[in-house]
Amino acid sequence: MTSLEAHGLSKRFGDRVAVHDVSFSLGRGEVLAIIGPNGAGKTTLLSMLAGGLEPSEGELKLPPAGGIGWVPQQTAVYSKLSVAENLRLFARLEGVADAGAAVDRMLEQTGLRARAGDEVGRLSGGNRQRVNIAIGLISEPAVLLLDEPTSALDPRQRARLWEFINDRVLAGTSVAFATHDIAEAERYAGAVLVLADGEMLFAGSPAGLGAAEHENDLERAFVAFLAERGH
Amino acid sequence: MALRALLGKDLRILRRSPALLALLIVYPVAIALLIGLALSSSPARPRVAFLNEIPPNQATIQLGSQQINTTRYEQELFQAIQPVPVGSMAEALADVRDGSTIAALIIPPQLPEELASAAQTAYVQVIYNGNAINQALVQTAIESKLAQANALLATQLSHVADSYIDLLLSGGELHFLGSTYDVLGLVRARTALAAIETALPRSSPLRQRIATVENFAQIAVSHLGGSKKVIAAVAAPIAVRQRVVSGSRTPLNDYAVAVAVAVSLMFVCILLASGMLALEREENTLARLRRGLVSAGLLLSEKGILAAILGVAVSFAMLCGIGLFVPLGWGRAALWLLAMAGGGLAFAALGVAIGAIVHEVRAASLLALLVSLPLVFLALVPSASVSAGLYDVIRVVSAVFPFKAALEALDAAINQSQPSLGIALAHLAALIVGFGALSRIALRP
Ligand SMILES: Nc1ncnc2c1ncn2[C@@H]1O[C@H](COP(=O)(O)OP(=O)(O)OP(=O)(O)O)[C@@H](O)[C@H]1O
Ligand SMILES: [Mg+2]
Repeated sequence: MTSLEAHGLSKRFGDRVAVHDVSFSLGRGEVLAIIGPNGAGKTTLLSMLAGGLEPSEGELKLPPAGGIGWVPQQTAVYSKLSVAENLRLFARLEGVADAGAAVDRMLEQTGLRARAGDEVGRLSGGNRQRVNIAIGLISEPAVLLLDEPTSALDPRQRARLWEFINDRVLAGTSVAFATHDIAEAERYAGAVLVLADGEMLFAGSPAGLGAAEHENDLERAFVAFLAERGH
Repeated sequence: MALRALLGKDLRILRRSPALLALLIVYPVAIALLIGLALSSSPARPRVAFLNEIPPNQATIQLGSQQINTTRYEQELFQAIQPVPVGSMAEALADVRDGSTIAALIIPPQLPEELASAAQTAYVQVIYNGNAINQALVQTAIESKLAQANALLATQLSHVADSYIDLLLSGGELHFLGSTYDVLGLVRARTALAAIETALPRSSPLRQRIATVENFAQIAVSHLGGSKKVIAAVAAPIAVRQRVVSGSRTPLNDYAVAVAVAVSLMFVCILLASGMLALEREENTLARLRRGLVSAGLLLSEKGILAAILGVAVSFAMLCGIGLFVPLGWGRAALWLLAMAGGGLAFAALGVAIGAIVHEVRAASLLALLVSLPLVFLALVPSASVSAGLYDVIRVVSAVFPFKAALEALDAAINQSQPSLGIALAHLAALIVGFGALSRIALRP
């Protein structure tokens, strides 16, 4: 059963083609890593999947409203509101039945309970990213879209986040995440999608990408794969 | 539900930005009061070009048995204005055009004749330069002085009329153009007719006709007596003929109050609405909200309502403060609020459109100021100070942006000026719809 499908998805900003003709599907409980160089179109693709950006072309099959959790690359939180206020606001807007309990769970998950009353604008960059992630997770959505979620997190917090996501995946949540950490993609993703200059160059298992380059180390395989195609 | 959550969130953000909030309230109130002060502290006696075309030897008018010297009325008028004597109509017009005087008052040569004939209303001509504020100033001065002059003249004219009516009723001597006439009078005429009637033979057909005339005389006698009262009530022997009249008719101070309220309402609403919407972009939360959580319409309405409520609160408080010093019609407070709500929502709609187009709070605030200040300026531009073509452009711009309509609504609500509150509110409603649609287009993902 697929939770999300994209057919011939494209996005143009004026003359610039950010994403061109991308098709894939995401099954229930599957984890997809989207990798590619800077400016490849990862954020653009995830934003379209999240409904924050209108595709120029193509078709999307998405879960019903409220079924998608989105963690954007750039923190999207109100810096004048406290951690708890941000969480509560989005819990209410997402229509979470017991907003109080959801806020509590996320404070626990992010380890920010002690900072719950602090304005987000006064937190460190990494802690702000924790709030950003927590907002995406708060409604326990069927599909989770995460854009470089761990890039600002310390190693312990990274581990906690993946622990949390894996629990959700076991419960049936589908996950697509963008990352520059190829090891992370290899460790957590069942499938990878390689984007460069908006083109989808590869879609398959991490092992498949390694095999294509006769390379056991996925990061080296990925770099070689791109180099051969002029990226 | 979502609306309440968003409103609560935005109010919280505002409360935690005390410097911004203070600026948002202090700045518009200070600007508004400064403008109000500047408008209301124009010189006490405005300079008015004055052309008296009455030949000096005709300055005294013979009205029946009374003599009226028109220079006496000039002196009355000069207490309210500072006359700048000019030699011709062309000179008067030029002075008004170049702004060296704010109006011209022309006493036409035929005024004594018209007054003396008392058969038609006599006219003085006033040429304004069309600037709403100055026009209101000089108009108030001239009208109040003319009212005094009219009252004096009316009394004298009604005496003259009374003596004519007495003459018609009771008869007597009438001096006219150097000759003296003996007037029979209606009462004596009726007596004479009655005598003739009895002298005629009963069968004479003339009897019937004389009875008719006698009847008429009887009716005339009883009603002409009553008409004296009517004549006493006639109040305006001199009327003012105006040229280039445009803009508000509200007296100066009241108009300045409406301008001050409109300015503060505009700044608070435009700055808040544009800033709060741009903040959603700046914090990247707009994309979060727009993906199914909150519809564009709801988000835009929320910003608009928030800005309008705060704008109305600030300007209503300011108007109440002004009310401590200037007499206001408190019975119309509900209408003030209605006008403020209409104006506030229209300003907020413009602000929301600015916030939807611009992506940062700072840029939005700058654009809001860049848009607002010329709007105030344009709405107050005197029609006669620019060419007709340019003035048409200004009118179109003023109609497309909400300041002029909001000012008219507030002026109508506070001062009962024209055009009516209803028309101004309809204009504002159209602008709300227009800018709302524009914002929705600009906010598309
Ligand atoms: N709003 C926009 N307007 C114009 N161009 C844009 C916009 N957003 C993205 N782009 C362009 O689209 C292309 C893809 O950008 P995108 O942010 O999706 O890349 P990315 O793969 O996420 O990069 P990174 O790894 O640096 O996050 C880039 O060339 C970028 O300049
Ligand atoms: Mg990106």
